[in-house]
Amino acid sequence: MNRDDFKILKNDFIFFDNCATTLKPNIVVDETVKYYTEYTSNAHRGDYDNSIKVDTLYEETRTKVRKLINAENDSEIVFTSGATEALNLVVFGFMKYNLKKGDEVFLTKAEHASNVIPWLELANEKGIKIKYIPLDKDHKLDYDKLVKMVSSKTKVISIAHVTNTIGDIRPIEKIGKLCKENNIYFVVDGAQSVPHFRVDVLKNNIDFLAFSAHKMLGPTGVGVLYGKYNLLNEMRPIIFGGGMNNIFESTGEVEYKSVPTRFEAGTPNIAGVIGLNRAIDYINSIGYDAIQSQEKELRKYLIDNLKSIDNIILYNENSDTGIVLFNLKDIFPQDTSVYLNTYHICVRAGNHCAKILKDELGIKNTCRISIYFYNTKEEIDVLIEALKKSKNIFEVVI
Amino acid sequence: MDSNLRREIILDNYQNPFHKQIKDDYLKVNTNNESCIDNIDIYFSFEGDVLKDITFNGEACAISTSATSILLRNVIGKTRKEISDILLNYDNMINEKEYDKDLLKELNVYDEIYLQPNRKNCALLPANAIRKALEQTK
Repeated sequence: MNRDDFKILKNDFIFFDNCATTLKPNIVVDETVKYYTEYTSNAHRGDYDNSIKVDTLYEETRTKVRKLINAENDSEIVFTSGATEALNLVVFGFMKYNLKKGDEVFLTKAEHASNVIPWLELANEKGIKIKYIPLDKDHKLDYDKLVKMVSSKTKVISIAHVTNTIGDIRPIEKIGKLCKENNIYFVVDGAQSVPHFRVDVLKNNIDFLAFSAHKMLGPTGVGVLYGKYNLLNEMRPIIFGGGMNNIFESTGEVEYKSVPTRFEAGTPNIAGVIGLNRAIDYINSIGYDAIQSQEKELRKYLIDNLKSIDNIILYNENSDTGIVLFNLKDIFPQDTSVYLNTYHICVRAGNHCAKILKDELGIKNTCRISIYFYNTKEEIDVLIEALKKSKNIFEVVI
Repeated sequence: MDSNLRREIILDNYQNPFHKQIKDDYLKVNTNNESCIDNIDIYFSFEGDVLKDITFNGEACAISTSATSILLRNVIGKTRKEISDILLNYDNMINEKEYDKDLLKELNVYDEIYLQPNRKNCALLPANAIRKALEQTK
């Protein structure tokens, strides 16, 4: 990959907050600008050239997403505002009508808020039971304990493929098989996996997969819900309005469009979807293999060097991806991130939207470094140098 | 204020904060900051019009923790009116308005926090909680 492909990388900062969002390559930005400066039109509405072009690009994106995750047909791809809306759609459009009191939903305490709070809401509403799959000593999902928890009451397993904190890759192929054998719905939050390696919905028996465009080089405000066709066909919309109905009458008669259009009420985020189209092109041009090999090399380099710093505490040293949680001894993480900002290094301090992980980690807040393939060893060197000099942190931040 | 002295006072209050302890029988107000991860509980014991005792507990950055410590030291034993005056002047200082320097004592260490706009909320965190407590106990 060529760093010139990203105009933003010419600026004077080092971006290590790729779990939160990613930088956008020029082809994504340029195509989005072209939509606004050359061929603006609504989708699915017009007979003029620009409208036809927009329709074509919009639907072409669906096909590219389908191929990227190896879904069977384009109708299984729903565009949403992000992974959060996608998960809400699963919980309130599907599970609400398919689960009953006493049914069990398995999560983990390392899940992002978007894969916990909708379930807690549904539990209050319907009396379903939330259970947390235990994590092992490295805070990774404990598959053996999961197997022992499964019973006839277990109806859903909803987990991140890769968590945005510990960064462990969950064994979703085994879990998908377990779900299939036990008639359990398998919901996967792919926000931190789809940007980094190939996720195959068929091979892993995934019933629903949610992810966001902006974490995979695309624009903000766009996400994807994949669902198996027969499940989407049962799912009810949670947003109603134009574009999703066939007919509606003053008498109350309403008929909705087919899948997936019935889940895309209102004018969609067209520029965002077209940007996602180009983001997928870019990922394909680099290739997941190259992305993985670069990230693995960077992670090893990062961990090896972080370990050479004497006042550092690492929380997920034995994890699998480019996500590293750390603190400097006796320093509040926000002070560390403010300090690193003076070196123009972007890291995140906080609980990373995984507020119940504190039960496992024994600490509420951490600093998080998250890398993507465009990061470099030179950038890591700058970070390490800054952390090594951090004995004067309070002279800098106060 | 000399920047070394400023740093020394802030750091001392961060590392050895005033009255950092939980008081279960006091009125508790949480400072949970919507824009950051600071999370401090402040505990109040009023006797009539006077704030007889005040303590705090929680996790926060150097600015928030030290500001809480210094502010607590300034308001303990004061009447509601006196506390309101301190809070008003403190707010004014943080937001670059006119204020009574003498009244704020050590709180003057934050007189240049406006140079780091993202830290203003950290400094104001305990003030907002104390204001909330005054309103709740009117």
